[in-house]
Amino acid sequence: MRDRTLWTWHIGAGVVILVLLGLHMAIMHLGSTLGISGSEPTAWESVAARAGSLFFTTTYVLLLGAALYHGFYGLRNILLELNPGPGLRRTIDVGLSVVGLALFAFGTWAALAAPGAATTMGG
Amino acid sequence: MADTSPRQVTFRLRRYEPGNDRQPRWEDHRVDATPGMTVLDGLWKVKELGAPSLAWRSSCRMGICGSCGMLVNGRPRLACNTQVTELRSDVVAVAPLPNFDIVKDLVPDLRPMFATHRGVLPYLVRDDTAEQEAPTREYRQTPHELEQYLQFSYCIKCGCCMAACPTVATDPRYSGPMPLGQAQRYDNDSRDAGFGARREVLARGSGPWRCHFAGECSQVCPKGVDPAKAIQLMKQDLVLDLLRLRRRRPPAAVAEAPHGTRREDIPAAPPRTVTEG
Repeated sequence: MRDRTLWTWHIGAGVVILVLLGLHMAIMHLGSTLGISGSEPTAWESVAARAGSLFFTTTYVLLLGAALYHGFYGLRNILLELNPGPGLRRTIDVGLSVVGLALFAFGTWAALAAPGAATTMGG
Repeated sequence: MADTSPRQVTFRLRRYEPGNDRQPRWEDHRVDATPGMTVLDGLWKVKELGAPSLAWRSSCRMGICGSCGMLVNGRPRLACNTQVTELRSDVVAVAPLPNFDIVKDLVPDLRPMFATHRGVLPYLVRDDTAEQEAPTREYRQTPHELEQYLQFSYCIKCGCCMAACPTVATDPRYSGPMPLGQAQRYDNDSRDAGFGARREVLARGSGPWRCHFAGECSQVCPKGVDPAKAIQLMKQDLVLDLLRLRRRRPPAAVAEAPHGTRREDIPAAPPRTVTEG
């Protein structure tokens, strides 16, 4: 039962990545073409403005979570194909969960701290 | 007029007897191959003329029983269903199906596969046991409902798909394409009500989640079954069930008695050949 749930989340994370990565690509590379933004998306002002936006902060955290889960689940599948014993399998599950959660926490902190950092650095 | 003169081919056979041999070895035998000759025919010739102790498993000789699955020139095939000429080679290399232990020579140990198969309840699961044990009428099923599982029911359990699957080769926990395909065959059957019971087995780690969709199982199936498709459909059904989006349906009911006058000239059924007790 647990594997079915994990796999369903894996597919769900894939859909989230597809949508949010599509949004990212559209903003970063097709902004002027689609008329989304007039300014250069990699300019300091643009980056700082996005970092201060609740919408973008939310999408960054969502994309981070989805990408980490999707990637670490795939890595787990590859590692489990090496046929580890029950003890090692448990270690892999716990290890990947801890590393994934740590990276998610760090990335979330970075996304939330970005507006303050941008204000400080931008003077 | 077609050329029916014999052609010399080499049958390169993998011989191994656990307990007596330290490791498998290859053995060459020259055989006169005529058009229409199958690999199974060739094995019989080799056994008659050069290797009387050669062991393999075969029965029906017509691609029905699924006994003679072997690795022929690097591909899992039925020996009875493979003609020597279609291999387009002067060497016919025959080995037991990979991903199974070897009983002797070309005989794979299929017991783990059948144990897993048994575990997915490969039969109609219903509440009306009395009707199943002593049927009074047929279960109602439309042609469309039949099509939902028909191609999966052509599986003859030869094990070729299991031998071709790269995941079975590396992950002993994985159930494999044959048991999973057969579980889906019954889940798709409108007469069946066993989805919940099979779900207890299939939703675990040994279920379809390990499948990487290499598709080799469907490529090699000698009966044209598509186990890879069955596994993807199974994933879809299980996920929709988790999300409570799977459409539930009661199993097909027993069909009503036909209307009209019963014909008088219908011969009686023959007597039972097997008596109870």
